[in-house]
Amino acid sequence: MLMRIATVLLLSGVWAANAANELRFCLRTEPKTFNPLLVEDESSSSIRYLTGGVLIRLNRYTQELEGELATKWKVSENGRRIDFELRRGVRFSDGTPFSCDDVAYTMRQLMDPALHSPAGDAFRSAPGEVEIKCTSPSAAIVRFPGPVAALAKQFDEVAVLSAASPRKESAVLGPFELGEYKPGAYVLLKRNPNYWKRDANGHALPYLDSIRLEIQQNRELELLRFRRGELDLVNKLDPEMFDRLSSEMPRAVVDAGPSLDWETVFFNQLQTSPLPEYKRRWFRSADFRRAISEAIRRDDMVRIVYHGHARAAAGPVSVANHFWLNPSIQPASGSDTAALALLQHSGFRRSGSALLDRDGNKVEFSMITNAGNKLHERMLALIQQDLARLGIELNVVALDFPSLIERISRTYNYESVLMAWSNIDLDPSAQMNIWLSSAANHQWNPSEKTPESAWEAQVDKLMQEQNSSQDPNKRKAYFDQVQQIVAEQAPMLFLVNPNALSAVAPNVKNATPAVLDPQTFWNAERLQIGGPLLSQR
Amino acid sequence: MSLKQKIALAVLAVAVAASLAAGWLAQHSYAEQSREFISSAPSAQFWLGTDELGRDRFARLLYGTRVSLLLAPAAALLSTFFAALIGGAAGYLGGFWERTVTTGIDLFLSLPWLFLLLAVRALLPLNTSPVTSVMITFLLLGCLGWAAPARIIRAGTRTLASSDYLVQAAAIGVSPRRLFWLHLLPNLRPILLAQFWISVPLFILSEANLGLLGLGVSEPLPSWGALLRELENYSAVLQNPWMLAPAALLVIVVSCLQLLLRTEESVAC
Repeated sequence: MLMRIATVLLLSGVWAANAANELRFCLRTEPKTFNPLLVEDESSSSIRYLTGGVLIRLNRYTQELEGELATKWKVSENGRRIDFELRRGVRFSDGTPFSCDDVAYTMRQLMDPALHSPAGDAFRSAPGEVEIKCTSPSAAIVRFPGPVAALAKQFDEVAVLSAASPRKESAVLGPFELGEYKPGAYVLLKRNPNYWKRDANGHALPYLDSIRLEIQQNRELELLRFRRGELDLVNKLDPEMFDRLSSEMPRAVVDAGPSLDWETVFFNQLQTSPLPEYKRRWFRSADFRRAISEAIRRDDMVRIVYHGHARAAAGPVSVANHFWLNPSIQPASGSDTAALALLQHSGFRRSGSALLDRDGNKVEFSMITNAGNKLHERMLALIQQDLARLGIELNVVALDFPSLIERISRTYNYESVLMAWSNIDLDPSAQMNIWLSSAANHQWNPSEKTPESAWEAQVDKLMQEQNSSQDPNKRKAYFDQVQQIVAEQAPMLFLVNPNALSAVAPNVKNATPAVLDPQTFWNAERLQIGGPLLSQR
Repeated sequence: MSLKQKIALAVLAVAVAASLAAGWLAQHSYAEQSREFISSAPSAQFWLGTDELGRDRFARLLYGTRVSLLLAPAAALLSTFFAALIGGAAGYLGGFWERTVTTGIDLFLSLPWLFLLLAVRALLPLNTSPVTSVMITFLLLGCLGWAAPARIIRAGTRTLASSDYLVQAAAIGVSPRRLFWLHLLPNLRPILLAQFWISVPLFILSEANLGLLGLGVSEPLPSWGALLRELENYSAVLQNPWMLAPAALLVIVVSCLQLLLRTEESVAC
C-alpha cells in the first residue's frame, strides 16, 4: 500500500513537472546583475542570453550570423558604420512597441562612459561620440568614431532596452522574462507572451512556459540531481563525470567535440621578474620553449587525462573554430629526438641523467597550477615524466587560486604555469588582449612598453591590421600569419582543447548542444519538455 | 599489554617494515608511468593494479605508507615537544604566565587552520623537491599542532605542581629548575606519551585532508592523502574495489594506534 502511494505521489510529481512545462538547470554562481549592459559573469550572461533580444545573433550551431530584431544589416565605411533594417510589429514583454528609438537609447546607454558597460568595450575603438540616427521607426544607422572589428558580430551581446517602458531593463525582447529571483536559491524565467518569433508551423515560441535556474555550485550535487530527474540540462561536464554519467544514462550525454577552450603552459619571460638570469635566458629562448612543447605527449594527455574527450591543440585556434583555424599548423610531435635536437642547438647537453645548460646549470624549474584541479594535476604528472626523459627536473606546485593569480599577475614570482583559458569568442579580435605586446594579458611578458622582440612587433602589426580590416579573407590571412609565428616562437604551449561535454535529459526535445556557450540552451526558445514534438530546426 | 595490543603492535611493525622494504617488495618505481596500462586490474605485474596514470598502486601504497608513517610520528614528536615546553612552563609557573599562555592557546585554536596552512604553503619557495615539500608539510603540521596538547599538559602540570611531593621538595630547598626537570617532567611522561600517540593519527588524517585539497605532498611522491584522492571517483571504486587498499590500511593503522593509545592512557591514569 505504501509503495502504491509512493508511486502515485512520484508519478504525480513527474506529471506536475511536465504540466508546468518548465526547464530546470543550474547556474554555478549567483547572478551579479540583471542589467544586460553590465553583464560580466557567466550566470548573468546566461540570463541575458535567455531574456535579451538582440539585433543580430551568432548561431551557436552553424557559427553564422543571423538577423533577429534586425531583418537586414550592412556594414560600411571600413567598419565605422552599420545600417539596420528593423523588424516591424515587435513588442517588449510589457507590450511597449519596439522601434528605432529603443536601438538609439540602448546604444547611448551602452556607450555612456559613466555606465562602464563591459559589452560596450568592444565598440570603443577610437575616442569620440557614437552617432545614432533613426531614418524611420524601422531603420537605424549607427556610426562609430573608429573602425570596429567584426562589427556585426559584436551586436550578439547587446540586448536592446526599451526607451519608453516604465519597467526599463525588465521589459525584454527575448524569449523569456524575469519572473522571480530568490537569492541563493533560484532565478525563475517566465515565457515572454509578446515574443515575436514563431516556428515553421506558425506556433508561437518559446515552447517552454518557464525556466528555473537553480543556483548550485557543487558539481557532484548537480550531477546527482540530474540523475534523479530534478534537472534537465548540465553544461560543461568534466570527462570523469561525463564517463560516469555515460555508463548510467548513455542517451543523456552529449560530446559536441572540441571546444574553443585551451589548456596551456607558459613561461615567465619578464625581464624584471625575481628569477635567476640563467633561468630567464632559458625561458626567453624559443628553442627551449619549443623543445618543451615537442617533448609533451599531447595524445597521452587526451587519452589518459581526458579519456578521449579532448583534441591535441596546435595553436590559439581550436578545430571547433571553422573559419579562423590555420590548418597548416599541426600539434607538436611528442618526439624526444626533436626536443633534444632543439635543446642541443641552444647549447644544452646531457650529463648522466640530467640536462645542463651551456654554463653547466642543471635544468630544473617549477610549474604551478591551481590546487584541487584533478585534470591539471594529472596533466602535470604526465609533463613531469615527459620532461624527465630529457633530463629536466620539473617541480610541480599546486597553489590555491588567489595565490596563483597573485604570482602570475602581480609579483611575477613564478617560473612556468599550467592554466586553462576559457574562450567564448570565435573572432581573433577577442584575442587582442593576449597577443598585443602592450596588453596586460600578454601573460608571459605583460604590458611591454615597446615590443621586446622582432616577432612580437610583427604579431602586433598583424593583429592591428586584422582588427582594422573589414575584409574577412584579408583578416584571415593576417591571423593565419599570427598563428604561424606563435607556432614558431611558442610563447604559449597549447596542449589540448577539451571537448564540450554536456547532458540533456531524455524528455527535453529539440536539444542540439553546441561547442559554443551556452552549449545546451543556445536554442532555448525551441526546447520542449515532453509532449509531441512541435518543430525541429 | 593485552593480546589485542600486541597484535596491533605487530600489525604496525609489519606496515612499517613493509614500507621500509618498499624498494625490494615493489616491482616498479612509484613514479613510473606505464601509460599503456592505465587503470588496470591487479595482475602478476601490478599486484594492486595501476592508477589513472598507469603507476603501480602497490609501489605507491608502500612508499605512501613510508611517507605517512614516518613523518606523522616525527610531526607528532615536534608538536608534543612544543606542547610540553609551553603547556608545562605555563602550568608550572602559574599566575600571569599561565593566564597569558591559556589565552594564547585559545587564540591559536580559534585560528582557521586550513587557511593558515594554505597561506603558509603558498609562501614557500616553488623549487622544492617532492621530498622537501612533504617534509615541509609535516613540519608545518607539527609546528601548528601544539596548542590542543599544550592545554592538557598545562592542566596536568598544574595538578602535579600542587602535589605533596613537589611541595615538600620545594620546602627542603630544591631549586625550581631542578624541580621542573627532575621531578615534574618525568611524572608528566604518561601524559606526553598519550598526547604523542593521539597526534600521530591526527597528523596522518590532516595530511590526507590536505591531499584531498591537492595541497599535500607534491607529485610524483605518494602519500596516503594523495592515494585517498582517487576515492572521490566513487563509481570507479565500486568497479575496482582494490582502490580501497589505502583507505583500508589507513583504518587499520589508525585503529592499531588507538589500541596502543589505550595502554598509554591507562598508564597516564
